[in-house]
Amino acid sequence: MIELKDVSYSYGGGELFSQLSLQLAPCSFQFLTGPSGAGKTTLLKLCYGDLRATSGTVTLFGQDARGIDRDGVALARRRIGVVHQDCQFLDHLPLSENVALPLTVAGRQSEAAGNLPDLLNWVGLSAQAEQLPPQLSGGERQRAALARAVIMSPDVVLADEPTGNIDWEMSQRLLRLLIELNRMGKAVLVATHDLNLIRAAKAQVQSRVLRLRGGRLQVAGADL
Amino acid sequence: MILSLLAGDPQADKAVPPTGFTARLTLFTAGAMAFLAVFALALSTTTGRLAARWGEELARTSTLRISAPAGQVQLQTQAALRVLEETPGVADARALTADEQRQLLEPWFGPDLPVESLPVPQLIEIVEEGEGYDPAGLRARLSAEVPGAVLDDHAAWREPLVAAAGRLRLIGALSVALIFASMAAMITLAAQAALAANAQVIRVLRLVGARDVYIARAFVRRFTLRALTGAGAGTVAGLAAVLLLPRRDVAGGFLSGLGFEGAGWLWPVLIPPLAGIVAFFATRAAALRSLREQA
Repeated sequence: MIELKDVSYSYGGGELFSQLSLQLAPCSFQFLTGPSGAGKTTLLKLCYGDLRATSGTVTLFGQDARGIDRDGVALARRRIGVVHQDCQFLDHLPLSENVALPLTVAGRQSEAAGNLPDLLNWVGLSAQAEQLPPQLSGGERQRAALARAVIMSPDVVLADEPTGNIDWEMSQRLLRLLIELNRMGKAVLVATHDLNLIRAAKAQVQSRVLRLRGGRLQVAGADL
Repeated sequence: MILSLLAGDPQADKAVPPTGFTARLTLFTAGAMAFLAVFALALSTTTGRLAARWGEELARTSTLRISAPAGQVQLQTQAALRVLEETPGVADARALTADEQRQLLEPWFGPDLPVESLPVPQLIEIVEEGEGYDPAGLRARLSAEVPGAVLDDHAAWREPLVAAAGRLRLIGALSVALIFASMAAMITLAAQAALAANAQVIRVLRLVGARDVYIARAFVRRFTLRALTGAGAGTVAGLAAVLLLPRRDVAGGFLSGLGFEGAGWLWPVLIPPLAGIVAFFATRAAALRSLREQA
Protein backbone atom coordinates (compact mmCIF):
# COMPACT_ATOMS: atom_id res chain seq x y z
CA MET A 1 0.00 0.00 0.00
CA ILE A 2 2.79 2.40 0.94
CA GLU A 3 6.31 1.74 -0.22
CA LEU A 4 9.53 3.69 0.11
CA LYS A 5 12.36 2.55 -2.16
CA ASP A 6 15.92 3.89 -1.92
CA VAL A 7 14.58 7.08 -0.42
CA SER A 8 16.86 9.88 0.72
CA TYR A 9 15.83 13.03 2.50
CA SER A 10 17.95 16.13 3.00
CA TYR A 11 17.29 19.49 4.51
CA GLY A 12 19.43 22.46 5.50
CA GLY A 13 22.29 21.14 3.41
CA GLY A 14 22.55 17.87 5.37
CA GLU A 15 21.27 14.40 4.58
CA LEU A 16 18.93 13.01 7.25
CA PHE A 17 18.82 9.55 5.76
CA SER A 18 19.62 7.82 2.49
CA GLN A 19 18.91 4.67 0.47
CA LEU A 20 16.07 3.81 2.81
CA SER A 21 13.45 1.25 1.85
CA LEU A 22 10.26 0.39 3.70
CA GLN A 23 7.03 -1.36 2.84
CA LEU A 24 3.75 -1.05 4.68
CA ALA A 25 1.78 -4.10 3.59
CA PRO A 26 -1.76 -5.01 4.67
CA CYS A 27 -1.93 -6.63 8.14
CA SER A 28 1.67 -5.66 8.91
CA PHE A 29 2.58 -4.27 12.34
CA GLN A 30 5.88 -2.46 12.53
CA PHE A 31 7.66 -0.32 15.05
CA LEU A 32 10.08 2.40 14.07
CA THR A 33 12.58 3.24 16.73
CA GLY A 34 15.76 5.22 16.99
CA PRO A 35 17.30 8.13 18.85
CA SER A 36 15.68 11.56 18.89
CA GLY A 37 16.48 13.46 15.70
CA ALA A 38 17.14 10.29 13.72
CA GLY A 39 14.28 11.15 11.35
CA LYS A 40 11.38 9.01 12.58
CA THR A 41 8.80 11.79 12.21
CA THR A 42 10.24 12.76 8.82
CA LEU A 43 9.94 9.17 7.65
CA LEU A 44 6.31 9.09 8.74
CA LYS A 45 5.66 12.39 6.95
CA LEU A 46 7.08 10.87 3.76
CA CYS A 47 4.63 7.99 4.23
CA TYR A 48 1.59 10.28 4.31
CA GLY A 49 2.77 12.71 1.64
CA ASP A 50 3.47 15.64 3.93
CA LEU A 51 7.08 15.76 2.68
CA ARG A 52 8.66 14.88 -0.64
CA ALA A 53 11.72 12.65 -0.79
CA THR A 54 14.94 14.22 -2.05
CA SER A 55 15.55 11.12 -4.11
CA GLY A 56 14.17 7.61 -4.43
CA THR A 57 10.57 6.55 -4.90
CA VAL A 58 7.62 6.85 -2.53
CA THR A 59 4.57 4.95 -3.71
CA LEU A 60 1.20 5.76 -2.15
CA PHE A 61 -1.45 3.17 -2.98
CA GLY A 62 0.17 2.29 -6.29
CA GLN A 63 0.92 5.88 -7.37
CA ASP A 64 4.33 7.52 -7.43
CA ALA A 65 4.07 10.36 -4.90
CA ARG A 66 5.98 12.69 -7.24
CA GLY A 67 3.12 12.51 -9.71
CA ILE A 68 0.38 13.22 -7.18
CA ASP A 69 -0.91 16.79 -6.85
CA ARG A 70 -2.10 18.31 -3.56
CA ASP A 71 -5.67 17.14 -4.12
CA GLY A 72 -4.34 13.65 -4.77
CA VAL A 73 -2.34 13.75 -1.54
CA ALA A 74 -5.51 14.86 0.31
CA LEU A 75 -7.39 11.88 -1.13
CA ALA A 76 -4.54 9.52 -0.20
CA ARG A 77 -4.62 10.82 3.37
CA ARG A 78 -8.22 9.71 3.68
CA ARG A 79 -6.80 6.17 3.46
CA ILE A 80 -4.13 6.88 6.08
CA GLY A 81 -4.92 7.48 9.73
CA VAL A 82 -2.28 9.54 11.53
CA VAL A 83 -1.82 9.85 15.29
CA HIS A 84 0.60 12.51 16.48
CA GLN A 85 2.20 12.84 19.89
CA ASP A 86 0.63 16.32 20.21
CA CYS A 87 -2.65 15.00 18.72
CA GLN A 88 -3.40 18.18 16.69
CA PHE A 89 -7.06 18.94 17.32
CA LEU A 90 -9.24 21.91 16.49
CA ASP A 91 -9.55 23.31 19.98
CA HIS A 92 -12.78 25.22 19.28
CA LEU A 93 -14.70 22.04 18.34
CA PRO A 94 -15.96 19.41 20.80
CA LEU A 95 -14.32 16.02 20.84
CA SER A 96 -17.12 14.36 18.85
CA GLU A 97 -16.74 16.85 15.97
CA ASN A 98 -12.95 16.53 16.06
CA VAL A 99 -13.19 12.77 15.80
CA ALA A 100 -15.71 13.09 12.94
CA LEU A 101 -13.58 15.68 11.12
CA PRO A 102 -12.19 13.27 8.47
CA LEU A 103 -15.78 12.35 7.51
CA THR A 104 -16.77 16.01 7.47
CA VAL A 105 -13.99 17.07 5.10
CA ALA A 106 -14.76 14.11 2.87
CA GLY A 107 -18.43 15.20 2.65
CA ARG A 108 -19.54 12.03 4.44
CA GLN A 109 -20.69 13.56 7.73
CA SER A 110 -23.96 11.61 7.55
CA GLU A 111 -21.93 8.46 8.33
CA ALA A 112 -20.79 9.97 11.61
CA ALA A 113 -24.21 9.42 13.21
CA GLY A 114 -23.79 5.65 12.85
CA ASN A 115 -20.07 5.25 13.51
CA LEU A 116 -19.20 7.90 16.04
CA PRO A 117 -20.95 6.54 19.18
CA ASP A 118 -19.45 3.08 18.64
CA LEU A 119 -16.02 4.53 18.00
CA LEU A 120 -16.10 6.77 21.07
CA ASN A 121 -17.26 3.79 23.11
CA TRP A 122 -14.38 1.70 21.69
CA VAL A 123 -11.81 4.24 22.88
CA GLY A 124 -13.72 4.80 26.14
CA LEU A 125 -14.58 8.46 25.51
CA SER A 126 -18.39 8.42 25.24
CA ALA A 127 -18.73 10.58 28.33
CA GLN A 128 -16.28 13.17 26.99
CA ALA A 129 -17.92 13.55 23.56
CA GLU A 130 -18.99 17.16 24.08
CA GLN A 131 -15.84 18.33 25.85
CA LEU A 132 -13.32 20.55 24.10
CA PRO A 133 -9.83 19.09 23.51
CA PRO A 134 -8.11 21.36 26.06
CA GLN A 135 -10.42 19.91 28.73
CA LEU A 136 -9.15 16.35 28.10
CA SER A 137 -6.25 14.54 29.75
CA GLY A 138 -3.20 13.42 27.73
CA GLY A 139 -4.44 9.83 27.53
CA GLU A 140 -7.91 10.89 26.49
CA ARG A 141 -6.46 13.09 23.77
CA GLN A 142 -4.31 10.22 22.46
CA ARG A 143 -7.30 7.88 22.34
CA ALA A 144 -9.37 10.57 20.66
CA ALA A 145 -6.60 11.05 18.09
CA LEU A 146 -6.65 7.31 17.43
CA ALA A 147 -10.45 7.37 17.04
CA ARG A 148 -10.13 10.24 14.54
CA ALA A 149 -7.39 8.35 12.70
CA VAL A 150 -9.57 5.30 12.15
CA ILE A 151 -13.04 6.80 11.62
CA MET A 152 -12.58 6.61 7.83
CA SER A 153 -11.56 2.96 8.16
CA PRO A 154 -8.13 3.69 6.66
CA ASP A 155 -5.86 1.06 5.17
CA VAL A 156 -2.84 2.33 7.08
CA VAL A 157 -2.42 3.72 10.59
CA LEU A 158 0.69 5.77 11.34
CA ALA A 159 1.37 6.71 14.96
CA ASP A 160 4.15 9.10 15.93
CA GLU A 161 5.15 8.65 19.59
CA PRO A 162 1.53 7.96 20.56
CA THR A 163 2.46 7.08 24.14
CA GLY A 164 4.93 9.91 24.68
CA ASN A 165 2.73 11.88 27.08
CA ILE A 166 0.74 9.16 28.82
CA ASP A 167 1.27 6.72 31.67
CA TRP A 168 2.04 3.02 31.29
CA GLU A 169 -1.51 1.83 31.88
CA MET A 170 -2.86 4.18 29.23
CA SER A 171 -0.02 3.14 26.86
CA GLN A 172 -1.16 -0.45 27.20
CA ARG A 173 -4.73 0.50 26.47
CA LEU A 174 -3.67 2.39 23.36
CA LEU A 175 -1.49 -0.51 22.26
CA ARG A 176 -4.42 -2.89 22.56
CA LEU A 177 -6.47 -0.60 20.31
CA LEU A 178 -3.68 -0.54 17.71
CA ILE A 179 -3.41 -4.34 17.83
CA GLU A 180 -7.18 -4.62 17.35
CA LEU A 181 -6.91 -2.40 14.27
CA ASN A 182 -4.10 -4.55 12.93
CA ARG A 183 -6.23 -7.64 13.38
CA MET A 184 -8.86 -5.92 11.24
CA GLY A 185 -6.33 -5.89 8.41
CA LYS A 186 -4.83 -2.42 8.79
CA ALA A 187 -1.12 -1.83 8.27
CA VAL A 188 0.24 -0.22 11.44
CA LEU A 189 3.51 1.68 11.82
CA VAL A 190 4.32 3.10 15.25
CA ALA A 191 7.28 5.42 15.71
CA THR A 192 8.44 5.23 19.31
CA HIS A 193 11.49 5.03 21.50
CA ASP A 194 9.51 3.35 24.28
CA LEU A 195 11.19 -0.08 24.29
CA ASN A 196 8.84 -1.38 27.00
CA LEU A 197 5.91 -0.69 24.70
CA ILE A 198 7.62 -2.61 21.89
CA ARG A 199 8.33 -5.58 24.18
CA ALA A 200 4.73 -5.59 25.39
CA ALA A 201 3.49 -5.54 21.81
CA LYS A 202 5.76 -8.37 20.69
CA ALA A 203 4.12 -10.56 23.29
CA GLN A 204 0.71 -9.92 21.73
CA VAL A 205 1.22 -9.47 18.01
CA GLN A 206 3.54 -10.54 15.20
CA SER A 207 5.54 -7.38 14.67
CA ARG A 208 8.76 -6.14 13.15
CA VAL A 209 10.99 -3.53 14.74
CA LEU A 210 12.97 -1.17 12.53
CA ARG A 211 15.72 1.00 13.88
CA LEU A 212 16.62 4.30 12.23
CA ARG A 213 20.15 5.28 13.16
CA GLY A 214 22.93 7.14 11.38
CA GLY A 215 20.74 7.71 8.36
CA ARG A 216 20.13 3.99 7.83
CA LEU A 217 17.13 1.80 8.51
CA GLN A 218 17.85 -1.64 9.98
CA VAL A 219 15.73 -4.45 11.29
CA ALA A 220 16.33 -4.63 15.03
CA GLY A 221 17.53 -7.92 16.41
CA ALA A 222 17.00 -10.01 19.51
CA ASP A 223 18.02 -7.13 21.81
CA LEU A 224 14.37 -6.14 21.65
CA MET B 1 -21.09 29.06 -7.84
CA ILE B 2 -21.55 32.14 -5.64
CA LEU B 3 -25.13 31.19 -4.72
CA SER B 4 -24.11 27.67 -3.72
CA LEU B 5 -21.29 29.22 -1.75
CA LEU B 6 -23.68 31.52 0.10
CA ALA B 7 -25.93 28.56 0.88
CA GLY B 8 -22.85 27.15 2.58
CA ASP B 9 -21.87 24.02 4.43
CA PRO B 10 -22.44 24.58 8.16
CA GLN B 11 -20.16 21.68 9.10
CA ALA B 12 -17.33 22.99 6.95
CA ASP B 13 -17.77 26.51 8.26
CA LYS B 14 -17.40 25.33 11.82
CA ALA B 15 -13.97 23.90 11.06
CA VAL B 16 -12.51 27.40 10.94
CA PRO B 17 -12.88 29.42 14.14
CA PRO B 18 -14.36 32.91 13.85
CA THR B 19 -11.65 35.55 13.64
CA GLY B 20 -12.76 38.81 15.26
CA PHE B 21 -10.09 41.17 13.97
CA THR B 22 -10.30 40.24 10.30
CA ALA B 23 -14.11 40.09 10.48
CA ARG B 24 -14.29 43.64 11.79
CA LEU B 25 -11.68 44.84 9.28
CA THR B 26 -13.62 43.36 6.36
CA LEU B 27 -16.94 44.75 7.54
CA PHE B 28 -15.49 48.21 8.07
CA THR B 29 -13.59 48.23 4.76
CA ALA B 30 -16.59 47.06 2.75
CA GLY B 31 -18.85 49.57 4.51
CA ALA B 32 -16.50 52.52 4.03
CA MET B 33 -15.80 51.66 0.40
CA ALA B 34 -19.50 51.23 -0.39
CA PHE B 35 -20.20 54.62 1.22
CA LEU B 36 -17.53 56.22 -0.99
CA ALA B 37 -18.80 54.33 -4.03
CA VAL B 38 -22.28 55.81 -3.54
CA PHE B 39 -20.80 59.31 -3.63
CA ALA B 40 -18.58 58.53 -6.62
CA LEU B 41 -21.64 57.22 -8.47
CA ALA B 42 -23.71 60.22 -7.42
CA LEU B 43 -21.00 62.61 -8.58
CA SER B 44 -20.58 60.77 -11.85
CA THR B 45 -24.27 60.58 -12.70
CA THR B 46 -24.98 64.13 -11.55
CA THR B 47 -22.18 65.74 -13.53
CA GLY B 48 -23.00 63.65 -16.55
CA ARG B 49 -26.65 64.60 -16.30
CA LEU B 50 -25.89 68.29 -15.75
CA ALA B 51 -23.45 68.53 -18.62
CA ALA B 52 -25.82 66.66 -20.90
CA ARG B 53 -28.59 69.11 -19.99
CA TRP B 54 -26.36 72.12 -20.57
CA GLY B 55 -25.26 70.70 -23.87
CA GLU B 56 -28.84 69.98 -24.89
CA GLU B 57 -30.08 73.42 -23.87
CA LEU B 58 -27.30 75.11 -25.83
CA ALA B 59 -27.88 72.83 -28.76
CA ARG B 60 -31.56 73.85 -28.92
CA THR B 61 -30.78 77.54 -29.26
CA SER B 62 -28.43 79.65 -31.31
CA THR B 63 -27.75 83.34 -31.87
CA LEU B 64 -27.56 85.50 -34.96
CA ARG B 65 -25.58 88.72 -34.65
CA ILE B 66 -26.26 91.60 -37.10
CA SER B 67 -23.34 94.00 -37.36
CA ALA B 68 -24.13 96.69 -39.90
CA PRO B 69 -23.96 100.47 -40.30
CA ALA B 70 -26.62 102.25 -38.23
CA GLY B 71 -29.02 102.71 -41.13
CA GLN B 72 -28.75 99.10 -42.25
CA VAL B 73 -29.33 97.29 -38.94
CA GLN B 74 -33.11 97.42 -39.05
CA LEU B 75 -33.29 96.31 -42.70
CA GLN B 76 -30.83 93.46 -42.26
CA THR B 77 -32.62 92.31 -39.10
CA GLN B 78 -35.92 92.12 -41.01
CA ALA B 79 -34.21 90.24 -43.85
CA ALA B 80 -32.59 87.82 -41.43
CA LEU B 81 -35.92 87.13 -39.67
CA ARG B 82 -37.51 86.41 -43.06
CA VAL B 83 -34.75 83.97 -43.94
CA LEU B 84 -35.09 82.27 -40.57
CA GLU B 85 -38.85 81.96 -40.92
CA GLU B 86 -38.29 80.01 -44.12
CA THR B 87 -35.51 77.82 -42.73
CA PRO B 88 -36.55 74.22 -41.87
CA GLY B 89 -35.68 73.26 -38.26
CA VAL B 90 -36.15 76.75 -36.87
CA ALA B 91 -39.13 76.88 -34.50
CA ASP B 92 -38.89 80.52 -33.55
CA ALA B 93 -36.67 83.52 -34.19
CA ARG B 94 -36.97 86.91 -32.59
CA ALA B 95 -34.85 90.03 -32.26
CA LEU B 96 -33.86 90.87 -28.70
CA THR B 97 -35.24 94.13 -27.41
CA ALA B 98 -32.98 96.98 -26.29
CA ASP B 99 -33.82 96.12 -22.65
CA GLU B 100 -32.82 92.48 -23.14
CA GLN B 101 -29.54 93.49 -24.77
CA ARG B 102 -28.88 95.95 -21.93
CA GLN B 103 -29.40 93.13 -19.41
CA LEU B 104 -26.92 91.00 -21.28
CA LEU B 105 -24.30 93.74 -21.14
CA GLU B 106 -25.05 94.81 -17.59
CA PRO B 107 -22.53 92.46 -15.93
CA TRP B 108 -19.72 94.19 -17.86
CA PHE B 109 -20.91 97.80 -18.26
CA GLY B 110 -23.29 98.26 -15.35
CA PRO B 111 -26.92 99.49 -15.48
CA ASP B 112 -28.31 102.37 -17.57
CA LEU B 113 -26.12 101.65 -20.57
CA PRO B 114 -27.43 103.71 -23.53
CA VAL B 115 -27.61 100.75 -25.91
CA GLU B 116 -29.54 102.74 -28.52
CA SER B 117 -26.72 105.26 -28.93
CA LEU B 118 -23.92 102.69 -29.08
CA PRO B 119 -22.89 100.59 -32.11
CA VAL B 120 -23.99 97.38 -30.39
CA PRO B 121 -24.90 94.61 -32.82
CA GLN B 122 -28.53 93.47 -32.93
CA LEU B 123 -28.98 89.94 -31.58
CA ILE B 124 -31.57 87.46 -32.84
CA GLU B 125 -32.41 84.42 -30.69
CA ILE B 126 -33.13 81.24 -32.68
CA VAL B 127 -35.00 78.31 -31.12
CA GLU B 128 -34.68 75.03 -32.97
CA GLU B 129 -37.16 72.21 -33.43
CA GLY B 130 -36.87 68.58 -34.46
CA GLU B 131 -33.41 67.72 -35.75
CA GLY B 132 -32.53 71.44 -35.95
CA TYR B 133 -31.42 73.41 -38.97
CA ASP B 134 -28.48 72.91 -41.30
CA PRO B 135 -25.93 75.51 -40.06
CA ALA B 136 -23.79 75.37 -43.21
CA GLY B 137 -26.82 75.95 -45.48
CA LEU B 138 -28.14 78.78 -43.29
CA ARG B 139 -24.74 80.50 -43.23
CA ALA B 140 -24.53 80.32 -47.03
CA ARG B 141 -27.97 81.88 -47.46
CA LEU B 142 -27.35 84.58 -44.83
CA SER B 143 -24.04 85.57 -46.42
CA ALA B 144 -25.92 86.15 -49.67
CA GLU B 145 -28.95 87.95 -48.27
CA VAL B 146 -27.78 89.47 -44.95
CA PRO B 147 -24.10 90.46 -45.31
CA GLY B 148 -23.79 91.72 -41.70
CA ALA B 149 -25.09 88.47 -40.10
CA VAL B 150 -22.89 86.16 -38.08
CA LEU B 151 -24.43 82.84 -36.95
CA ASP B 152 -23.31 81.36 -33.62
CA ASP B 153 -24.76 77.85 -33.30
CA HIS B 154 -23.05 77.38 -29.88
CA ALA B 155 -20.88 74.57 -31.21
CA ALA B 156 -17.87 76.26 -29.63
CA TRP B 157 -19.64 76.06 -26.23
CA ARG B 158 -21.15 72.66 -26.72
CA GLU B 159 -18.07 70.71 -27.69
CA PRO B 160 -16.02 71.42 -24.53
CA LEU B 161 -19.10 70.66 -22.41
CA VAL B 162 -19.66 67.33 -24.12
CA ALA B 163 -15.95 66.55 -23.71
CA ALA B 164 -16.09 67.60 -20.05
CA ALA B 165 -19.14 65.41 -19.49
CA GLY B 166 -17.32 62.43 -20.99
CA ARG B 167 -14.27 63.05 -18.80
CA LEU B 168 -16.38 63.44 -15.68
CA ARG B 169 -18.16 60.17 -16.36
CA LEU B 170 -14.80 58.51 -16.95
CA ILE B 171 -13.40 59.92 -13.71
CA GLY B 172 -16.52 58.72 -11.87
CA ALA B 173 -16.20 55.23 -13.33
CA LEU B 174 -12.47 55.21 -12.57
CA SER B 175 -13.20 56.27 -8.98
CA VAL B 176 -15.67 53.42 -8.56
CA ALA B 177 -13.17 50.97 -10.09
CA LEU B 178 -10.41 52.25 -7.75
CA ILE B 179 -12.74 51.95 -4.76
CA PHE B 180 -13.50 48.32 -5.62
CA ALA B 181 -9.82 47.62 -6.30
CA SER B 182 -8.96 49.06 -2.88
CA MET B 183 -11.69 46.92 -1.36
CA ALA B 184 -10.25 43.85 -3.05
CA ALA B 185 -6.77 44.71 -1.76
CA MET B 186 -7.97 45.23 1.81
CA ILE B 187 -10.04 42.05 1.80
CA THR B 188 -7.08 40.13 0.36
CA LEU B 189 -4.90 41.37 3.23
CA ALA B 190 -7.59 40.49 5.78
CA ALA B 191 -8.01 37.03 4.25
CA GLN B 192 -4.25 36.45 4.29
CA ALA B 193 -4.13 37.52 7.94
CA ALA B 194 -6.97 35.11 8.73
CA LEU B 195 -5.21 32.28 6.89
CA ALA B 196 -1.92 32.99 8.69
CA ALA B 197 -3.72 33.11 12.05
CA ASN B 198 -5.33 29.75 11.27
CA ALA B 199 -2.19 27.93 10.11
CA GLN B 200 -2.66 25.26 12.80
CA VAL B 201 -6.29 24.72 11.77
CA ILE B 202 -5.18 24.33 8.17
CA ARG B 203 -2.51 21.79 9.20
CA VAL B 204 -5.13 19.72 11.04
CA LEU B 205 -7.59 19.90 8.15
CA ARG B 206 -4.89 18.76 5.74
CA LEU B 207 -3.87 15.97 8.06
CA VAL B 208 -7.38 14.52 7.93
CA GLY B 209 -7.59 14.76 4.13
CA ALA B 210 -9.12 18.18 3.40
CA ARG B 211 -8.54 19.46 -0.12
CA ASP B 212 -7.41 23.06 -0.68
CA VAL B 213 -10.74 24.01 -2.19
CA TYR B 214 -12.57 22.77 0.93
CA ILE B 215 -10.35 24.85 3.23
CA ALA B 216 -10.57 27.88 0.94
CA ARG B 217 -14.36 27.64 0.77
CA ALA B 218 -14.77 28.15 4.52
CA PHE B 219 -12.74 31.38 4.35
CA VAL B 220 -14.27 32.59 1.07
CA ARG B 221 -17.83 32.22 2.31
CA ARG B 222 -17.12 34.18 5.46
CA PHE B 223 -15.38 37.03 3.70
CA THR B 224 -18.02 37.21 0.96
CA LEU B 225 -20.83 37.43 3.51
CA ARG B 226 -18.94 40.02 5.56
CA ALA B 227 -18.31 42.13 2.46
CA LEU B 228 -21.97 41.86 1.47
CA THR B 229 -23.11 42.90 4.94
CA GLY B 230 -20.59 45.73 5.25
CA ALA B 231 -21.30 47.02 1.75
CA GLY B 232 -25.05 46.84 2.38
CA ALA B 233 -24.69 48.98 5.50
CA GLY B 234 -22.28 51.38 3.74
CA THR B 235 -24.63 51.77 0.77
CA VAL B 236 -27.61 52.52 3.01
CA ALA B 237 -25.52 55.09 4.92
CA GLY B 238 -24.28 56.61 1.64
CA LEU B 239 -27.81 56.88 0.23
CA ALA B 240 -29.03 58.47 3.46
CA ALA B 241 -26.20 61.00 3.26
CA VAL B 242 -27.06 61.78 -0.39
CA LEU B 243 -30.72 62.26 0.56
CA LEU B 244 -29.73 64.63 3.36
CA LEU B 245 -27.77 66.89 0.98
CA PRO B 246 -29.44 70.28 0.26
CA ARG B 247 -31.81 70.14 -2.71
CA ARG B 248 -30.99 72.02 -5.86
CA ASP B 249 -34.19 74.07 -5.79
CA VAL B 250 -33.49 75.15 -2.20
CA ALA B 251 -29.85 76.14 -2.38
CA GLY B 252 -29.29 76.31 -6.11
CA GLY B 253 -25.93 75.74 -7.77
CA PHE B 254 -24.04 72.73 -8.99
CA LEU B 255 -22.99 70.76 -5.88
CA SER B 256 -26.39 71.05 -4.18
CA GLY B 257 -27.85 68.99 -7.02
CA LEU B 258 -25.69 65.93 -6.17
CA GLY B 259 -27.78 62.76 -6.19
CA PHE B 260 -29.66 60.28 -8.32
CA GLU B 261 -32.74 60.69 -10.47
CA GLY B 262 -35.28 58.11 -11.64
CA ALA B 263 -33.71 54.79 -12.63
CA GLY B 264 -30.36 56.20 -11.48
CA TRP B 265 -31.32 55.14 -7.95
CA LEU B 266 -30.79 51.54 -9.07
CA TRP B 267 -27.05 52.06 -9.50
CA PRO B 268 -26.24 52.06 -5.77
CA VAL B 269 -28.28 48.86 -5.34
CA LEU B 270 -25.59 47.13 -7.40
CA ILE B 271 -22.83 48.06 -4.93
CA PRO B 272 -23.38 45.32 -2.27
CA PRO B 273 -23.58 42.40 -4.76
CA LEU B 274 -20.58 43.82 -6.60
CA ALA B 275 -18.69 44.03 -3.29
CA GLY B 276 -19.65 40.41 -2.62
CA ILE B 277 -18.33 39.34 -6.02
CA VAL B 278 -15.10 41.28 -5.46
CA ALA B 279 -14.69 39.72 -2.01
CA PHE B 280 -15.42 36.24 -3.38
CA PHE B 281 -12.71 36.38 -6.04
CA ALA B 282 -10.20 38.30 -3.88
CA THR B 283 -10.51 35.86 -0.98
CA ARG B 284 -10.53 32.81 -3.22
CA ALA B 285 -7.34 33.90 -4.98
CA ALA B 286 -5.68 34.83 -1.66
CA ALA B 287 -6.74 31.59 0.01
CA LEU B 288 -5.61 29.30 -2.80
CA ARG B 289 -2.30 31.17 -3.11
CA SER B 290 -1.69 31.00 0.66
CA LEU B 291 -2.58 27.32 0.75
CA ARG B 292 -0.16 26.66 -2.11
CA GLU B 293 2.57 28.50 -0.24
CA GLN B 294 1.82 26.70 3.03
CA ALA B 295 1.97 23.29 1.33
